[in-house]
Amino acid sequence: MQIEGKNISFRYHERMPWILKDVSISIEEGERVGLVGPSGYGKSTLMRILSGYLEPQEGSVRLDGKPLPKKGISPVQLIYQHPEKAINPRWKMKKVLEESGMFREEVMEALGIERDWLNRYPRELSGGELQRFCVARSLFQGTHFLFADEMSTMLDVITQAQIWNLMLKEVKERRLGLLMVTHNAELAKKVCTRIINLKEINHIGENGNGAG
Amino acid sequence: MNLNRRTKMIVFVGVIFAVLAAVYLAGLFISDDFIAADFSQKGLKPSWEHPFGTDMLGRDMLARTMKGLSVSIIVGTVASTVSAVIALIVGVAAASGVSWLDHFVNWMIDLVMGIPHTVLLILISFACGKGLKGVLIGVAITHWTGLARIIRSEVLQIRSQQYIEVSRKLGHSSRWITVHHILPHMVPQFLIGLILMFPHAIMHESSLTFLGFGLPPEQPAIGIILSESMQYLSAGMWWLAFFPGLMLVIIVLLFDRLGENLKKIMDPYSAHE
Repeated sequence: MQIEGKNISFRYHERMPWILKDVSISIEEGERVGLVGPSGYGKSTLMRILSGYLEPQEGSVRLDGKPLPKKGISPVQLIYQHPEKAINPRWKMKKVLEESGMFREEVMEALGIERDWLNRYPRELSGGELQRFCVARSLFQGTHFLFADEMSTMLDVITQAQIWNLMLKEVKERRLGLLMVTHNAELAKKVCTRIINLKEINHIGENGNGAG
Repeated sequence: MNLNRRTKMIVFVGVIFAVLAAVYLAGLFISDDFIAADFSQKGLKPSWEHPFGTDMLGRDMLARTMKGLSVSIIVGTVASTVSAVIALIVGVAAASGVSWLDHFVNWMIDLVMGIPHTVLLILISFACGKGLKGVLIGVAITHWTGLARIIRSEVLQIRSQQYIEVSRKLGHSSRWITVHHILPHMVPQFLIGLILMFPHAIMHESSLTFLGFGLPPEQPAIGIILSESMQYLSAGMWWLAFFPGLMLVIIVLLFDRLGENLKKIMDPYSAHE
């Protein structure tokens, strides 16, 4: 499988400057791509467009040449920076896993999720523990691409290493496509097979269309 | 005894609830013999035998007040439950993302809120044939607006959360998300809104009845008692209005306390601390 963004342009409002202009990007299954670029440059926006959370004004996102499915289970799953926002605070953790049908021994074991966490509420777990659930939730059978939007930025170094090790193992075993946004160049080097600088593929500022 | 604030609050809420239930049951089980006319006892001042005095027909005012409050509590319960359910449905529908529906609901809310409340109540109650039915319908379909607004904005806020987006990408339908993600978040708002609607409903029932557009005169309702007592106030029979009025205020305040304390208990941010 291959996911491809073709000539994507995006702005939040007609009177606002373009954030992304004519961005083309493509990721193969089994590839691990790092997306780097300065803060506020549209990395997260691009990721949200590629995973179908936002509609680009121009251009299209294609999965094997077909548009992304609008309804039903998405083969592209996004993991957010703040796990506490991505989990319903009124749900016990068991239900979070059940929501995606990932309440399964092997996944929990692979990600180091302990049994007694399952009966707790999100506020009773730490950020690193919650992020494991977010990863586990995204790793169901239909997933082909995982997008990690600064997934480990809020975590301490040891937890970061743990989560990435577990994640890489899964990604490699199942040959998932991975797109990660990070400000940590060393992490990107370690994890990725290819690094894309958004500055180089984003065409704002040309033809007088740019910001400002 | 060393109780934390949460436990104290729960005990407090339990006590209030018990008092209200007791008033309701007392009114229900007091036999009609106690409020039978007895002209040998008419117009008595409050005494040990008749703590609230008797009226010009010699009926015991304590028994009448209890019966009246019981009716008020039923009207309050039914009317505010119906109102709260309307508010929940309307609020969730308005926030479902369908733009014309949202506009329509907001227009309805403005319309109902824009008409002076008592006038609207009188009109509806009158159109529905007065009596218990008229009062119930009138109170039920005029009190949902405030809560509907709160629920609408709550739902809008929840809908924009990341976990809703994630749920959608995990293949769940709008209905599944509404039932599993959104409605559980509405439970505290709904219950508190419901209980805080009680005082309004009871007050409006009494005022409608007082004005003569509500319950029929033979029903022992607080509004009836108060409007009858007006005729005798100038004759110095203050107890006819004072005790029933005071009891009404106490019941209303108890409901208000109950709601406020439940709000503190159910506040989602302190629920698991």
